[in-house]
Amino acid sequence: MGAATTGRLKTTVWLGLLAALVILLAFAAALIGPFAVSPGQVAQAIGRRLAGITDPASQQIDTVLFAVRLPRIAAALLVGAALSAAGAVYQGLFRNPLVSPDILGVSTGAGLGAVLGIFLSLPVVAIQGLAFVGGLATVALVYMVANAVRGHEPTLVLVLAGVVLGALAGACISLVKILADPYDQLPAITFWLLGSLASIRADDVWTAAPAVIIGLVPLVLLRWRVNLLSLGDDEAAALGVDPGRLRILLVAAATLMTASVVAISGVVGWVGLVIPHIARLVVGPNFDRLLPTAMLLGAAYMLVVDTLARTIAETETPLGVLTAFIGAPVFVWLLASGRRSW
Amino acid sequence: MQLSASNLSFGYPGHRVGHDLDLDFGPGEVLCLLGPNGCGKTTLFKTLLGLLPRQGGEIRIGADRLEALRREDIAKRIAYVPQAHDAVFPYSVSDMVLMGRTAHRGLFSSPRSEDRQRVDEALATLGIDDLAGRDYTRISGGQRQLALIARALVQDAPLIVMDEPTASLDFGNQVLVMQQVQRLAATGLGIVLSTHNPDHAFACGTTVLVLAEGTRKALGPPIQVLTGEMLSSIYGVAVSVETLANGSHVCSPQIDAH
Repeated sequence: MGAATTGRLKTTVWLGLLAALVILLAFAAALIGPFAVSPGQVAQAIGRRLAGITDPASQQIDTVLFAVRLPRIAAALLVGAALSAAGAVYQGLFRNPLVSPDILGVSTGAGLGAVLGIFLSLPVVAIQGLAFVGGLATVALVYMVANAVRGHEPTLVLVLAGVVLGALAGACISLVKILADPYDQLPAITFWLLGSLASIRADDVWTAAPAVIIGLVPLVLLRWRVNLLSLGDDEAAALGVDPGRLRILLVAAATLMTASVVAISGVVGWVGLVIPHIARLVVGPNFDRLLPTAMLLGAAYMLVVDTLARTIAETETPLGVLTAFIGAPVFVWLLASGRRSW
Repeated sequence: MQLSASNLSFGYPGHRVGHDLDLDFGPGEVLCLLGPNGCGKTTLFKTLLGLLPRQGGEIRIGADRLEALRREDIAKRIAYVPQAHDAVFPYSVSDMVLMGRTAHRGLFSSPRSEDRQRVDEALATLGIDDLAGRDYTRISGGQRQLALIARALVQDAPLIVMDEPTASLDFGNQVLVMQQVQRLAATGLGIVLSTHNPDHAFACGTTVLVLAEGTRKALGPPIQVLTGEMLSSIYGVAVSVETLANGSHVCSPQIDAH
């Protein structure tokens, strides 16, 4: 009783602090950039927007804030939260702390779909749709291959199947790149594959957000059952859960979340692997607490990384580059810190 | 509530493990399953729990056929205690036990505070309340087995299936687990368990089912079924059954026999 209560209290405190941190970071990110804006100006601009007043003298500030920075901040929060939530679900469902949207090939598969969309000059919604189909098809193939290859360490087979099919999707992406228009489409594809929020517009956020929320609904509703699925099918079934249908629904939901943010941000690796790990270290594996913690941590992390991406150099640094530089050492540290359990 | 199987065939798709099996147990009974490695005990349990489709015959829990019940209804009638395993994620012991309450809550709901109270009671019943906040991955095998039994208790099922509850436990923990089995049966639960130790069947079994090559070799009270002759024939080694001064029975394998 005592332990459980203090555990939940600790989690509530953590979540409150994290939420405050995210808001603080978002406010700070709005100030940072080549066009300096003071905290007072941000507050006034938001006040004007809420009151519906237009002030010709402050038009430049309004444009910087509402057309450039705030959509980008919102996109960073959305991408970070969605990838972390998806990563946490995949890790639970596949009973493996090493899987993530990248390792399962979901990101590359979604990438292939989106690259095809860019190649065919389709609108954002269609690119999102193709990204979703590509991501879901890849994760289904990975799962089928892993199921078909029996008699080996299942975790290893799953990860290897993801790597192999990811490589195959990567090869298809290369093929599309060769066929793409070198002046118009190729730079867009290349930049997109490294991940970037540089060209984000408010419209993009409004297209991606509903899909992310739709994907999130089953995760929130079924959050307790994700715990049971992480025990394995037989045990989950004996405890009264139908593992088959639940697993398919949750994988589809996590894939929808991944694909819809990949469609606007490009391939941003490592977030879905590292953030759920850190969240688990903080609040433990109970998905009830893990999901909100991972989402808030992921949102904060992505916002910091994206703010770095647009400020540390004259030109934009691709997000995928930064998350790899940060994520890889952190992951090695996690492995080396020798926790036998995750 | 009574679990009964008649004329049961079981196995994996394309591979029959056992056949023509009848068994029946209910409240207050401890049915001990004995048999050599690979005789089909685990497959039988999975079939009784509906985790594997039966290949023939019939299983009834109470008045209903097993296939007519939904997953959560099966879980409310029969609980499963797997062999103490390594969990992938470090759930706290109380969260691990709390998962036993799932069948009693709706699809979208998480356990409530009264469920947590049930968990605390079950942990106290098994004498492991001090483990509530510990990581399930960081307690001993015996403690894990007791935690899994606690999980089965909060499931509120009148019947419990235990797959080798004493496997890989040290001597003290084996005794501890068998004591709990006996106490639970005394409270009116029906328990079926598999074991590799005939002494456990003597200690707390009300009925023994000897399984060999997937079918019933003997069924009855331990003292009648577990003769030296029977044990020798199951395990292929010479065994005699001795009666101690206090009236209890033990098996004595003849290790030095030539």
